[in-house]
Parts: sequence; C-alpha cells; structure tokens
Amino acid sequence: MTCKLHCNSARAQGVTRRTFAAGIGAAGVLAGSSPFAIGRAQGAALKVGVLLPRSGVQAGIGQDCQRGVEITPGILKSLGLPELAIMNGDTESSVEVARSRAERLIGEGAQLLVGAFDSGQTTAIAQVAEQKGIPFVINIAAAPPITEQGYKFVFRNFPTAPMILGDAFGNQKEVFEAAGSAPKLVVFMHVNDTFGTAMQKGIGAVMPKFNMPYTIAETISYDPAARDLSVEVAKAKATGAEALLMVSRLNDAMLLTRELVKQRWSPMAVLSMGPGWYEDQYLKTLGKLSDGPLSFVPWYDPNKKLSKQLEGALAKAHPGINLNTNHIYTFEALLIAADAYKRAGSADPKALADAIRATNITDSVSIGPGIKFDAKGQNTSLKNAGIQNRGGKLVTVAPKAAANTKVEWPLKPYDKRG
Amino acid sequence: MPAEIYLNVAVSGLLTGLVYGLMALGLSVVFGVVRVVNFAHGEMMTIAMYLAIELFSAFKLDPLVMMVPIAAVLFALGYIMQLGLINPFINRPEHSQFMLLVAVALIVVNGLLIVFGPDAQSVQTRYAFDSFLLGPLIVDATKIYAGIAAVAVAAVLFAFFRFTLVGKAIRACADNYAGALVVGLDVKRLYALTFGLGAACVGAAGAMMVLLVDVTPQLGPAYTLLAFVIVITGGLGSMPGALLGGVLIGLTEALGGLLFTPSAKSMFAFGLLVLVLLFRPQGILGKRPA
Repeated sequence: MTCKLHCNSARAQGVTRRTFAAGIGAAGVLAGSSPFAIGRAQGAALKVGVLLPRSGVQAGIGQDCQRGVEITPGILKSLGLPELAIMNGDTESSVEVARSRAERLIGEGAQLLVGAFDSGQTTAIAQVAEQKGIPFVINIAAAPPITEQGYKFVFRNFPTAPMILGDAFGNQKEVFEAAGSAPKLVVFMHVNDTFGTAMQKGIGAVMPKFNMPYTIAETISYDPAARDLSVEVAKAKATGAEALLMVSRLNDAMLLTRELVKQRWSPMAVLSMGPGWYEDQYLKTLGKLSDGPLSFVPWYDPNKKLSKQLEGALAKAHPGINLNTNHIYTFEALLIAADAYKRAGSADPKALADAIRATNITDSVSIGPGIKFDAKGQNTSLKNAGIQNRGGKLVTVAPKAAANTKVEWPLKPYDKRG
Repeated sequence: MPAEIYLNVAVSGLLTGLVYGLMALGLSVVFGVVRVVNFAHGEMMTIAMYLAIELFSAFKLDPLVMMVPIAAVLFALGYIMQLGLINPFINRPEHSQFMLLVAVALIVVNGLLIVFGPDAQSVQTRYAFDSFLLGPLIVDATKIYAGIAAVAVAAVLFAFFRFTLVGKAIRACADNYAGALVVGLDVKRLYALTFGLGAACVGAAGAMMVLLVDVTPQLGPAYTLLAFVIVITGGLGSMPGALLGGVLIGLTEALGGLLFTPSAKSMFAFGLLVLVLLFRPQGILGKRPA
C-alpha cells in the first residue's frame, strides 16, 4: 500500500529519468559521507553501537539485555526524545572480541557506544572509546577501576562493586531482622572473572563496616565457564556453612542449584550479590527449584512511573518475562544517550560527552533520586534492592521503602518441593 | 574436612572420567587406524548433544535410550565425511588435513549457532536431580548411568575390534597399510568404517554428556582440546589408553579442585599432560615409535 502511494505521488509530480538519476546520485553522496557527518544537524538518528555478549558463556544474559534494547524506541518516542539507530555488536563473551568489535563499530560510524554487561569486556571497550574520543555509556559493569582512570568519554550508570556490597549488606540485615534469624556461618562462592574478583576484594573492605551476624567459613572461586561444579559444592557443603553468599553468572547459578539438589544440601539461604539467580532462564529452567534465593542487586523502583511504562513495554514485547536488572540498566543507558543527544543538538563526540556529563534525569527507573554523573563519570546515587524468587516471579523484600512483600525464610528444602 | 568428601569427589571424578574416556576413544580409534587427527571431534559431540536435546524435547525420549540411534546417525555422518571429504586428503601433507578439519569444526560451531542459538540448553530427565545414598557416599544418579553406559559402549568396541573379521581387517590396516592393500582389503572403505566408528563413539558420549552438562555451540572446541589431552596422556592410538586417560583426567580435575582451588581444576589436568610428555612422551599405554 505504501509503495503504491509513493509510486503514484512520484508519477503525479512528474519524476523523469533525469531527476531519478540525480536523486540516486544525491542519495549516494549522502550515504557515502554519512560516517563523517559527525557534526550534522539533529534530525538524523544518533548511531549507537550496542555491545553485548550475545553469544558465548554469557549469551543468556546478553540476549536478556537485548530485550531492553528492543523495548526502548517506543518509550523514547513517548518521552519526546530523538530516535537512536542501533548498531548491534557481539562481544562473544570475550574481552579481546569486545575490544575489536568496539573498534569496528566506531569504524562503521557509531557515534556513541553502550555496553557491555561484563566488567572485563567493558574495561576493554572503555579503553577503545577513550582512545577514539567516542562517548561510552556503560549499562552494566561493577569493577571500580573503570571509572577511576580519569577517562573523559566513559560514563557508568551502574553501581560499583563496593556500592553493591554496601547496599547488599544493609539490605541483608533488614531481611534477617524481618525473618527473626540469621546465618552464623556462610561460604562465599564467586566466579573468578573481573566482576567476581572485584566483588571478592570489595567484601574484605566493606563487610567489616557492617557488623554482619555471620562470618565467612571459606571463599571458593571458580571458572564462570565451568561445566561441572560438583567439587565446588562438595567443598562448600563440607565447611558446615548455613548459607551461601554468591557472586555468579547465569549458567553457573543453574549448575550450582542442580548440585545443591543432587548433593542433598538445602542451606538456610542463598544470598546472591550478582546476576544469575533472578534471570528468567534460571526461573524457567529450574521451575520449583528456582524458588527462594535472595538477590541483592541493582534493581528498579516499582513505584516509579517510568518503571510501570517499561514493565508494560516488556510484557507486550516479551510476555512472561520479568523485568530485571538487564532490561532496566540497558534501557537507562539508551535513555541517557537520547537525552544527551537532544540537549547537545549535535552528534559531535565532545558535545555529546559534555551533555552526558551534565545529565540530570529525575524520571528514571532505577532505585534512587535519578541519573547524574560525578566528575569521574559515575552515578553515585543508585540504590540496590533485595529481591526473592517466588513462584516464577520476582518480589522486592528490601529496602522497606521499595519492598512489596515480606521475605520467605528460610529457604524451603529442595527435597520437600514435590 | 570430613574424610567421606574425598571419596565422594573421587567417585564423581571417576564417573565423569569414564564418559570423557569414551569421548576420547573415538579420537584415538580414528588416529590409530586412519592416521588423521580429527580436529572437529568435540564439535561432532555437540551435534550428538543437540540431537539428544531435540529428541528429548520433541518426543520425551531419554538420551540414554537414544544413545544407540544417535551413535548410528553419527556413524553415518563420520562414514560419509571420511569417504567424501577426508579420503582425498589422506596422502596430503598434515597441515592440509589440519586445515580441512579445523574448517569443518568452524562450520559446525557456526551452523549450530545459527540453528540453535547461543543459549545453553539441557534435558531435564525424571532422574536429573536424583542421587544415591551409599553409606556416607552421595552419588549422582546421572553420572552412574552415564559411567555404566560408557563402560558398556567401550566393551562393545573392544569386542568388535578383537573378535569380528571386519575389526581384525581394520586392525590390519592400522598395523600394515601396504600389507592390507596386498591382501586385497578395501582400505578406503575400511577407513570410512573406522571414522564412522569413531564418530559413533563420540555420538554415544554426547548422548551421555548431555545429562551432565548444558550444551552450547561453543562447547565443541573445549571438548576437542579435552579429548586431545586425554588421548595424549593415555597414548595416542591406544584404545585402553584413551579410557585410562579419561579416568585420570577426571580424577585429577576433581581431586585437584578439592585439595587446592576449584578454579584451577584444568591446570591440574594440563599439569598431568606435561608430566606425561616429559617422562613418557608416547603416553601411558602408548607404543614407543620404532
């Protein structure tokens, strides 16, 4: 129908072979010069390179972040923000590939980068973005050094490892108080990638300040690409710990749960401070066995207007998928990009970076007063929540201000779930 | 640490090692006879794993029951590959064979990625979460079933090579290529049969492995490397060596992870490989080259 209308109108206006050829030529010139049209007037969509681990060991989470990308355009439009032209890049869950894909996207004309879920990959992309002078808005990555390098083009709207830990310990104490009991001895298990190691180092520095009711019996690190975690779980169980303190990814969280069941160990609680345990793939794959783990993670305020809009958009595009950290922070990264582009009035990298630095978004999704960056490019006002898996859904149990239900405590034994 | 935990971990490592051994057996059989190193070995196993997952999700067919049909499909694939693709490369330089099979591996990984996507997939059999309580031991039911099946398949393969005429003919090709030609054996067809048998082994191992690990297309290269470590440790070309190598690697990974740090499990497996290369380069059960 559209084509017919266009064809008819073209005929009506008398398009000749000569004007058609001239049009094609003009289009060719425009297309050819588009990679260099950095400072062109607004109206054209901002080219945003979105780098995510869409394949490899983190593919499940990368694909989940992609859902956040997919639901963004409609919301940006409703907010009166300019359009973004998304250029997808796959980091293949590898630091080296992340670096080369960032270079390639910039070479292909990306005017701003967003990504990349993993701290190691994000560190590599940040180096490229800074070298090339292209703004980079981090969606998810918690390793503190990323925003401690004095970079001028790197911005992070995600809490650092010490911020996550500080909130996690505070929210855990709230949960223990509400439950009326707390574990005395825990075992800390973490992936040995950049994020896991940053969290492990952070625990040593942050935990003593919170006077936690438990001590860590043993710290067990493991490869995030591990195919078998039976030894790790056997070792953890042998410590006699009452609860598991976890920093994991998705595949390993599923492997660990299976091993807990097989080795007949139902701890009092699984206290996660990273991804994995609340992901939809975890909930769907494990069914009843997915109930109970508590995740103390960057989350969304269900009472905010934009949160409801985002929830609605996700439910429409992906029915049955729970809104989670991956969608929220990927959406907010793109929101920051569109907001900055609107205020900068240009795709010039320096103007864009200056506009991002001056960001002040109060109508956000994440918990906290909104989105603002300090001199290092870090949003320091973000708050976390304690969430629990309940019947395939996620409920917020802490902090009190954002909670929508009470915690179920302790973890229901795996052998009593029917 | 309680003493029974060492026993628990050792049993788990032993059972996993048996499946590793069966997987590596295919590689060893092919090299021992055809003298071609299959660099797409792990990738062929992932094909078998996806077949098992598809059969389970479509018809709820248990991977252990489907082990034989899956092995048969892989046999056909291996037979055709050898006949149509690898036989023309038999007398070419080793680097040509290497490039050919690496190309096959890349095609398989990316083909699986296109068809099945990058997400990890698994089967949830009714016994997926079962374990047996044997005194102080808690043994994973799937590992026991997979371990027993691995021993059974290996025994059938040993018997085939030892007691059947075709098996003896294949061994004759491996022992003396020129002699086999002189007595009128159809060496190319026997090579194809051997490659098919190697692929069938890896098919059976894939059907078992899908009970133990989640499958992604990227799993292939990791298992190709693991199969190499096992066959070099056990002795390249030696069938009992492959099984022994698998068990040793399984045990080393498990106990190394328990006694030191789990994140360094692979380091111990490679450490064992280095020791074998230093002190017995032909592998534990391998023959010293004449």
